[in-house]
Amino acid sequence: MFATLLQATGAGDKLVTPEVPWSHLAPQLILVVGATVGVIAAAALRGRLRRSVGAVGAAVVAGAAIVSIIPLWHRVSNPAQGPISAVNGAIGVDRFSLFVTALLCAAVILASFTAEAYLQREGLDGPEFSLLLLLAAAGGSVMAGANDLIVMFIGIEVLSLAVYVLAAMHARRISSQESGLKYFLLGGFASAFLLYGIALTYGATGTTSLLRVQSFLAERVLTDDGLLLGGLALMLVGFAFKVGAVPFHMWTPDVYQGAPSPVTGFMAAAVKTAAFAGMLRVFVVGFASYADLWRPVVGALAIASLVVGAVMSVVQTNVKRMLAYSSIAHAGFVLLGVDAASAEGTAASLFYLAAYTAMALGTFAVVTVVGGSGDGAHTLDAYRGLGRRRPGLALAMSLFLLAQAGTPVTIGFLAKLGVIRAAIDADQWALAIVAMLTAVISTFMYLRIVVAMYFAESESESDDRGELRIPWGVGVTIGVAVIATLVLGVVPGPLEHLSDDALPVLVAVDGR
Amino acid sequence: MSALVWLIPALPLAGFVALVVGGRRLGDPWAGWLATAAVGGSFLVVLGVFADLVGRGAEARSIHQELFTWIPAGSFQASMGLLADPLSITMCLFVTGVGSLIHLYAIGYMHGDEKFSKFFTYLNLFIFSMLMLVLGDNLLLTFLGWEGVGACSYFLISFWHTDPANASAGKKAFVTNRVGDWGFMVATFLVWTSVGSIGYLDIANAAHHGEIAAVTATAIAVLFFVAATGKSAQLPLFVWLPDAMAGPTPVSALIHAATMVTSGVYLLVRLNPILHAAGWANDLIAWVGVATALVAATVAVTQNDIKKVLAYSTVSQLGYLFLAVGTGNYVAAIFHMVTHAFFKALLFLGSGSVILGMAHEQDMRRYGNLRKYMPITAGTFIIGWLAIAGVPPFSGFWSKDEILAGAYAHNKVMLALGLITALLTAFYMSRQVFMTFFGPERWREADAVATGDGDHADAHDSAHDSAHDDHAHHLTPDHTPSESPWVMTLPLVVLGALAIVGGALNLPFTDSTKVLEHWLEPVVGVHELGVEGATLVALAAIAVVLGLVGIGLAGAVYLARRIPASTVERPEFGWGLWIDRGYAAFMGGPGRALFDAISRFDKAVIDGAVDGVANAVGAAGAVLRRTQTGRVRNSAIGLATGAVAVLVYFVVRMSF
Amino acid sequence: MSPNAYVLLGAVLFGIGAAGLLIRRSPLVMFMCIELMLNAVNVTFVAFSKMLNDVGGQVVVFFVLVVAAAEVVVGLGIIVAVMRRRSGISADDLSLMKG
Repeated sequence: MFATLLQATGAGDKLVTPEVPWSHLAPQLILVVGATVGVIAAAALRGRLRRSVGAVGAAVVAGAAIVSIIPLWHRVSNPAQGPISAVNGAIGVDRFSLFVTALLCAAVILASFTAEAYLQREGLDGPEFSLLLLLAAAGGSVMAGANDLIVMFIGIEVLSLAVYVLAAMHARRISSQESGLKYFLLGGFASAFLLYGIALTYGATGTTSLLRVQSFLAERVLTDDGLLLGGLALMLVGFAFKVGAVPFHMWTPDVYQGAPSPVTGFMAAAVKTAAFAGMLRVFVVGFASYADLWRPVVGALAIASLVVGAVMSVVQTNVKRMLAYSSIAHAGFVLLGVDAASAEGTAASLFYLAAYTAMALGTFAVVTVVGGSGDGAHTLDAYRGLGRRRPGLALAMSLFLLAQAGTPVTIGFLAKLGVIRAAIDADQWALAIVAMLTAVISTFMYLRIVVAMYFAESESESDDRGELRIPWGVGVTIGVAVIATLVLGVVPGPLEHLSDDALPVLVAVDGR
Repeated sequence: MSALVWLIPALPLAGFVALVVGGRRLGDPWAGWLATAAVGGSFLVVLGVFADLVGRGAEARSIHQELFTWIPAGSFQASMGLLADPLSITMCLFVTGVGSLIHLYAIGYMHGDEKFSKFFTYLNLFIFSMLMLVLGDNLLLTFLGWEGVGACSYFLISFWHTDPANASAGKKAFVTNRVGDWGFMVATFLVWTSVGSIGYLDIANAAHHGEIAAVTATAIAVLFFVAATGKSAQLPLFVWLPDAMAGPTPVSALIHAATMVTSGVYLLVRLNPILHAAGWANDLIAWVGVATALVAATVAVTQNDIKKVLAYSTVSQLGYLFLAVGTGNYVAAIFHMVTHAFFKALLFLGSGSVILGMAHEQDMRRYGNLRKYMPITAGTFIIGWLAIAGVPPFSGFWSKDEILAGAYAHNKVMLALGLITALLTAFYMSRQVFMTFFGPERWREADAVATGDGDHADAHDSAHDSAHDDHAHHLTPDHTPSESPWVMTLPLVVLGALAIVGGALNLPFTDSTKVLEHWLEPVVGVHELGVEGATLVALAAIAVVLGLVGIGLAGAVYLARRIPASTVERPEFGWGLWIDRGYAAFMGGPGRALFDAISRFDKAVIDGAVDGVANAVGAAGAVLRRTQTGRVRNSAIGLATGAVAVLVYFVVRMSF
Repeated sequence: MSPNAYVLLGAVLFGIGAAGLLIRRSPLVMFMCIELMLNAVNVTFVAFSKMLNDVGGQVVVFFVLVVAAAEVVVGLGIIVAVMRRRSGISADDLSLMKG
């Protein structure tokens, strides 16, 4: 984008700035402006606001962003108008980016409600938490729409920087800070790889615009171009790190365990969603003509993630670590859809991400409650006898876990079905079989938690852990997640139609 | 009536919802009556649908009711639909019929329990799940019911879960069934890929047109059989059923004798079009079935817990059912399933009545002469005993005989094993009856168990003998047993009557008396037994003689005391328990170790390799520091190694 | 010097940064290594920009610089917060969570 921009002004008369169609970027703008205003307000009114204002405010902003998506969706769905590529082709506004943005906003709403209860219990300061969630969603939304690799990089960084801080948010817990620092160092390392990959791609194709990369590659296939291949490889590494695919997964369990539980849920749901959105856009669309080259790597990542995620989750005793490894296995499932490199695979991946968002946020909301004051009770022992102490909570947790295991009539089943179907239609039989086998291994781990909740009794008769309180915020999150998991499991039609429509496209249309 | 098929599962579901909402307020006994009414109402609807089906021609006896499309889009379609045909309605008849009797019985049995309403909540949910399993028109819906009945079973096994033994029994059932579920899921997937649908009607169509390759059909059949071995407690997954007796006795009767454990058989019969093409899978099913029948029958001889005997007996009878399925004798399988539901439910409920009368003592060595105190229980129990022992004209004789005839036509060794099992069955059931209802009143002897001659048997089941109901045992020498209230004896009498006449469903005399066979023909097709007149009579005679020998032997040992019990209650008969102990050892040892080893491999080898690369990188100066590699850098090294690997892959692709 | 040499320089710098992150134990130095890697990429971008005669690559550098600056703010914040609790900590000590 910049090349044409600046070359056009090469004569040096006056700088032509691209016209920004503000209304088309409404969701991102609402998120960013909302977060900025929120930060200022929080600083100005420090101590004079009730703690829950942050959560409600973030929910309102994210809700407004979702509302602003609706007219845009209708506009880009209209065949007469179609998708837009705003800001001189840097940010695409298509149903794919809108779908992902809506998903991220929903994740923000649920996570901020959970966080509200968490902050209350831990006695932490409020509003920054929710505002960082908004910033992260804005970054993720930019990633989903990025039609330029540099815009993609900026989106990743906005998202990541917000999440680094969120992970280290609990100032009194060493493990939270340790988790934030680890995530930051490794994330920065991975970002550098990604950026270097972008630089090599730029060197090979002369552009960072995905649209022009695509048309450049369509014209000539440079299989022997070391620069391009290096760029492709390093970008793949960067994205694989963000989605937590094996062997770039080692940060996941440590960071998931140490981060505040609501943040962990957000990381599992939103960060993964945004990273996969970027991956789908860059690889499935931008580098479509090189699919034969990168597909085996993605397939290998998928198999490694499925196997390691499932096997390692089984031997854990800390529930948060179990769920971290299970999130690695889930990433393996989504990679199945990426590997298919087809419209069907993309739709299946999006459906899976939507399903996992609901399941993960619900699961970690329960984890937040069970973690108790100090957010430390995450061993399997903490779940023993939960079925007797808090039957409702245990039932919800069982539902989320069984859904993650892929039990029919839950959304998790349909999600797994979708990606496996996509893999088979792409003739990836080995992948499909590995996915099904590892699903069985993972099931063992989920059932371990369920069994602990219902069948195992806590050793001490008197419950010294005291009564678990379920604050209203967490209740809202769990309730919504339960409804989503069950209702969409029985009537998946609407969501399926949305995800089927939400395919990423690269267009040059400016759409003013 | 045909439009009302949906009411069949809807009524128990409504009962379940009502009990969840207001069960506690209704309390004891009204919650029980509500649950019984829900199941009873469902039974009446089934009767209506049944009458409707009977009124139709053989070809039109199938009501397919699609409620709504569940998974609409794409190549994978599944509907929420119900399929009422002769097979599913037969199942529904005895599920709701026997189910409502057991509900009624439970009102008396559970009286005074603090979780009375909760118990009936689970029971109604169970009936609903079981009906979904049976009525579902596709594999997914059946799987839903399959999981549902499983879940209810675990909840009910560990219903009194203050007792750790009960909780662990529930866990065992849970884990064992997961193995089977795996088979179900993979098999469903195979069906979908080969047929393109998971609806039973489509599957049957495809199979009739030979669209399923023999290899695929065999694989599907074997996998579904794996599922069935879990749910229906066959070798080698039968270990959970005896432990499941930790649950309340009505649960044992309903779930672990009459209905749920037969769902594996139902599944295979439902999929008989696939089995027809499945080649050796049928032999596998038959052999596993007959082996299970024999092993479980031998174990039953050594048990002293009244419910444990019945539990192993159930495993053994289920083995018969699989023998029938494997020999293609589907009518006999359903026939024996129905009669077994009658007499085994009767026996379990009778044992519950005995247990209640004997202050929750379950050890048969402390019973004796109870016919004097509990005449109705004793009378009905004896009917059940004669039925299971295969004494004509009781129902068990007719149905068991058909299975044996099928085995005769198939393979003579199977027949021999089946006959030995029949002898053992008669023996251990007689032993139970004689020890319980006849002989001296042993609980009046102070040290009955210690002086008894069954001490060696303790060695086998000491670990499993904790399946007593969770009530304190107060069986004192001056205890006077008393008959149970009418809500408990009425079901006994009804079931007793059914156990006598149940054989009339399918009498082998002439073609017109084979009612069940013609009724099921639209679903399972025509099956010629290949055994005629004289042979059939001879087989029946042999079976009867063996049954009588078994009874006579038991009489000699336990009634007349001519032979010391220790000569027959051989420790070797406990061989089936070795499997159980083997699992415990495996899961505690090698199984756990396997997962640990994989995890160690990941930690040691992968991390080790990573460290190795790190050394190469850091040869410039970090050699000394490598022993202190921390986690952050470790992860970074992993990342870098992965990046190098991906790069190398591309380079390799580029240069070739 | 031809632009090719600058591309090579960028690669070498990137390698040094990566190796440094793998070898050094102080979180602060590791963080500086990341910055070095980012700047190595900047060199690469400028070199390609020159080679391709396309000004876009140079514009990218400004974006990367801004991102790097933002990373400094966040990174130092987290490192300082950790250091305040456990002074003189090395990255290897950060192993509360493992397995």
